Amino acid sequence: MLKRKLDMFWESVSMSAANIVGNKMRSFLTTLGIIIGVAAIIALMTVVQGATDTMNEQFDAMGLGTLRLQVTGTALKRGLTDAELGELLACEHVGGVSPSLSATVTAKRGGAWSDVITLMGNGEGYFSHNGDLLARGRAINAIDVAQASHVCLLDGDAAKTLFFGEDPMGKTLYLAGQEFTVVGTVDENENASLFAQILFGGASDGTVYVPYTAAKKLVGTSTVSTAEIYVTDPDETDAAVEEMEAALDGIFNYKDDTYTILNMESMTDAMNLMTSMMMSLLVGIASIALVVGGIGIMNMMLVTVTERTTEIGLRKALGAEPGQIQMQFLIEAIILSLLGGVIGVIAGLAISFAICANTDITFSINTFAIALGVSFSAAVGIIFGWAPARKASNLNPIDALRSI
Amino acid sequence: MDNGFFSMRGIVKQYVMGGEVQTILKGIDLDIDEGEFLSVLGPSGSGKSTLMNIIGCLDTPTSGEYRLRGRVIRDLDQRQLARIRSREIGFIFQQFQLLPRLDALKNVELPLVYAGVPPRERTRRAEEMLVRVGLKDRMHHHQNQLSGGQQQRVAIARALATNPTLLLADEPTGALDQATGEQVMALFNELNREGRTIVMITHDLKIARHATRIVSILDGELSEGVTAGA
Repeated sequence: MLKRKLDMFWESVSMSAANIVGNKMRSFLTTLGIIIGVAAIIALMTVVQGATDTMNEQFDAMGLGTLRLQVTGTALKRGLTDAELGELLACEHVGGVSPSLSATVTAKRGGAWSDVITLMGNGEGYFSHNGDLLARGRAINAIDVAQASHVCLLDGDAAKTLFFGEDPMGKTLYLAGQEFTVVGTVDENENASLFAQILFGGASDGTVYVPYTAAKKLVGTSTVSTAEIYVTDPDETDAAVEEMEAALDGIFNYKDDTYTILNMESMTDAMNLMTSMMMSLLVGIASIALVVGGIGIMNMMLVTVTERTTEIGLRKALGAEPGQIQMQFLIEAIILSLLGGVIGVIAGLAISFAICANTDITFSINTFAIALGVSFSAAVGIIFGWAPARKASNLNPIDALRSI
Repeated sequence: MDNGFFSMRGIVKQYVMGGEVQTILKGIDLDIDEGEFLSVLGPSGSGKSTLMNIIGCLDTPTSGEYRLRGRVIRDLDQRQLARIRSREIGFIFQQFQLLPRLDALKNVELPLVYAGVPPRERTRRAEEMLVRVGLKDRMHHHQNQLSGGQQQRVAIARALATNPTLLLADEPTGALDQATGEQVMALFNELNREGRTIVMITHDLKIARHATRIVSILDGELSEGVTAGA
């Protein structure tokens, strides 16, 4: 009995396939709605997922247990002095503080010069906590910071702008008129620089890293307004935040909106929430295309049933039961929409691959998206194929045969 | 007398058309013996198509009793009727009704699919039937590669494939020229000599005369022999 059903099923599949292949153009146009819907879902999910993964990777590279402090201060007190930074360092769960200062300065070296080089003043901790940053030479150390030494590190862009075709190591250059010696280079594609771009704005001819004490002098300020705080234990991040808040409230006399502490973890969480909301919104919109595609299939199947009235009548005369007729047309609708689903998956993957190849987004095949696309299209076939199949099975064989 | 093979008693068929009840068949009594070749002769509008539908279990009578091989055909749903058609009836139509996408062999296999015959057995029986109707070298031809007579022979092979109790032919020569029609009738006579029971509906007396017995239908009433006007 089961074997008989299975045999009947395959017979229906092969008959449906013959009909679909026999009407190639029409079948293609019918499935186009499904193709577009599924391709949109796959492409959106893959790209959004890829973008989220890429961002998460970068945030993870920032390191857990790292907090960013940004001080806006008050009209009278715009930043933190070294003594106040010391207060933060004294907190129980703070293992290190790396103040940073950024500015745009002119850089000169012989004939080469640049108006818009980004000056990053950092503490020694910055390099030790961002291990992969250093490419060649040495990092800024505690002595450099203490003495405000005129040493600097260049990123790839700055090296290209100022030392095109030369090895910059050990050479000198002028930052805002002051002479600095290059002691190292940093990896230009390092993730940490991306964060700097987000926070401080990107587009410049490169970045020069100097001790923050030297940067303060260059810029002419005695305070810094940003710092990276390294927590002793990532699990104690919340405790560290509380302690810092207590210290900072003291420094700024409990005034509101004088500082912000960015916790990477909470930022990642917030962003994941945002992207998943965006994703469901986009998939929701793309699903409309699927519904429209389903209506297209239903329309086509109704036309097919009308066209094949005689065939249906004949099959019934030859002994086909209503259920068998219904199954044949339902299978045809499902094959059509599944075909659209599979083509849509391939098209969606191709589109998202093209997008990812042209951006920084990592391409990874999202199996959930594929499963969703295929099962959506199968569901569309069943839902929208049901009514036409039902109509076919209910045709009176006499009426069906009479319409010759 | 009820012979248990085929009997109709007082078959009435009524349709409601435009709120008016029309009686198409007005109490038909008909017995057919196994191995008979019966022509039902009647002009269009006489009710012969309706009678054919009831004989072929495509439709059920409003009242009256129809027994086919001892089985009462009444109050059956579409599914049960489909089963009876599959087992008992082999249809032959005026317009042949082959499926154009399938070749001759696949067309003949079609009723066997619905009868639940396994694939290999299906092909064997379909080939046998095509050989029987003289189309041994046309098995993989499609409808448009076959002449009208050949198409009707494929249709006859299809009707024979399930080894039905009854061959039911509706104007089988209606779409054929006279010579081809004669050939088809010769095949019918041959099948009848082999013991096949055949019921043929026609309006053409010349064709009807190939049968071993003729009944006439006129205005929904059946009478033995050829009646004037039929």
